[in-house]
Amino acid sequence: MEFTLKTFIFYGFALITIASALAVVTVRNIVHAAFALMVTLFGVAGLYVFLQADFLAATQVIVYVGGILVLILFGVMMTSGRLEMRIHIERGQLLLGGGISLALLMLLLTVIANTPIWKNLTDDGTQLAPTTERIGQLILNEKFLLPFEVVSVLLLVALIGAALISRKEVRD
Amino acid sequence: MSLQHYLVISSILFSLGIFAVLTRKNAISILMGIELILNSCNLNFVAFSRFVTPAETIVGSEVFRFDGQIIAIFGIVLAAAEAAVFLAIILAIYREFGSIRPDEVDTLKG
Repeated sequence: MEFTLKTFIFYGFALITIASALAVVTVRNIVHAAFALMVTLFGVAGLYVFLQADFLAATQVIVYVGGILVLILFGVMMTSGRLEMRIHIERGQLLLGGGISLALLMLLLTVIANTPIWKNLTDDGTQLAPTTERIGQLILNEKFLLPFEVVSVLLLVALIGAALISRKEVRD
Repeated sequence: MSLQHYLVISSILFSLGIFAVLTRKNAISILMGIELILNSCNLNFVAFSRFVTPAETIVGSEVFRFDGQIIAIFGIVLAAAEAAVFLAIILAIYREFGSIRPDEVDTLKG
């Protein structure tokens, strides 16, 4: 593979994503972990751009960074006293969890390296057209209409349920 | 950039998320681990739809490869719903127990 500006930027995004994900799981302060998670989400959005999924990259930034991350920070604010900000980790659990996740990573990497049909699938450089219009057609007009409606009902149910669970109990 | 690059990145994200879920003692940190796992799934969906699925040809002979992207959009919606319910439950637990450490919420334990 020739070393062009594009590959340089790709590796930059990959490095940012992985390094900040590592920070999310190792940093002791939970607010710092939340901001590292923001960098990870931006990095994944950049990788979506490299996969020519422009609409998905914008959605990732808007929904994850603008929505879910703000929700997480609100959760931190409302539940963490000064003591709870720091995350306690027990040593035995650290070793066990580290061993399990490392074994999982080795398994996945072995599968990835040894599956023959995935070997030669490289970016052929074809420029896809902007995806937004076609995604809109597929979701609102064609084969994904029913899942779209189902997922919107699910979102409504989740919102009502969240409001119901988190409100203060009214005793009469 | 080949498919394998993306698969390696997403499997690293996945195992870091598993690590966070297994080791963290704070429910919100566990939620962050789950978000990492969901992101790695979505990245896999999009990468496979870019490289593996047969091209769909429509008018004007443009090539689109889309199904994985739409599944990833649904995945983002599900992640949003999950985060909202998760945080609502965390708030309720905090109000009840005064802590969000999962191992302290053990009223049902015999």
